[in-house]
Amino acid sequence: MAVCIAVIGKENSPKYVACLHSENELQFHYKVHTALDVVEEKLSLAGKSNCDVRELYLGLLHSTEEHKIFGYVTNTKIKFIVIVEAANTTLRDNEVRTMFRRLHAAYTDVVCNPFYIPGDHIVSKKFENVVKSIMSGNS
Amino acid sequence: MADEALYEFLHSELVGYVTEKSAKENKKDDLSALEYMGFSSGYRIIERLTKERPRFNDELDTVKFICTDLWSTIYKKQIDNLRTNHQGVYVLHDCAFRFLSKLSSGRQYLESAPKYVAFTCGLIRGALANLGIKCLVTAEVQNMPGCKFHIQVQRS
Repeated sequence: MAVCIAVIGKENSPKYVACLHSENELQFHYKVHTALDVVEEKLSLAGKSNCDVRELYLGLLHSTEEHKIFGYVTNTKIKFIVIVEAANTTLRDNEVRTMFRRLHAAYTDVVCNPFYIPGDHIVSKKFENVVKSIMSGNS
Repeated sequence: MADEALYEFLHSELVGYVTEKSAKENKKDDLSALEYMGFSSGYRIIERLTKERPRFNDELDTVKFICTDLWSTIYKKQIDNLRTNHQGVYVLHDCAFRFLSKLSSGRQYLESAPKYVAFTCGLIRGALANLGIKCLVTAEVQNMPGCKFHIQVQRS
């Protein structure tokens, strides 16, 4: 379902980036990078007007001709970015939320692993499997 | 009930291990190892606890979360009293701190109390650090099962 999934750390450094087609990887890096500005903007807005923007899921960040980019920021300022193809019109908001929820659960498992040092690049087979299954769309 | 006892046993073993080790290295009363263990546990566990929670409004909101949710997850009770001067100093008062409630409540063991609160100081510091608040945490034990944790937020 998703074509690219990225985990970005507290200080906006990439911790994990996975793409469905590795030949376009650089392009996706750019896209994720651009999306971070929108994330920042949404977060600073959330500080001013505290209505319903306190949700962790940020929704659609921006869309281009071929892709839609969604964002999610945890309480600990870790950002998750998911890119899906714009051609995929059957995708519902709920499904995107489920993807993020699974990603977040997998990420907490990585952090709670005592051998993982917080802030390092994520190298975990379990996490990778979750990411792969989200990308292939069996949730 | 069983998991509570396990945590207490593990913690008292940890205290024993660290004090023995620092005594061997001629660094008596060096509790920094214990504090660091607390820090890294707090840093990790908060990631899990805040998973389903909406974003925090402000610093006070975050400290309240520590007093209620973190405390009841780890110590099965909430902090009894929270005070703040609204300028970055918070005092968390627990009338019957779990690790001290098993010691005799007189003055006899007062001097060994710091060993039993160092881990928790680190735990609070780690949890707040991951939520983006840099702080100093110290503990104060006056009468035995009670304990006060002072959080001093460092603003840059």
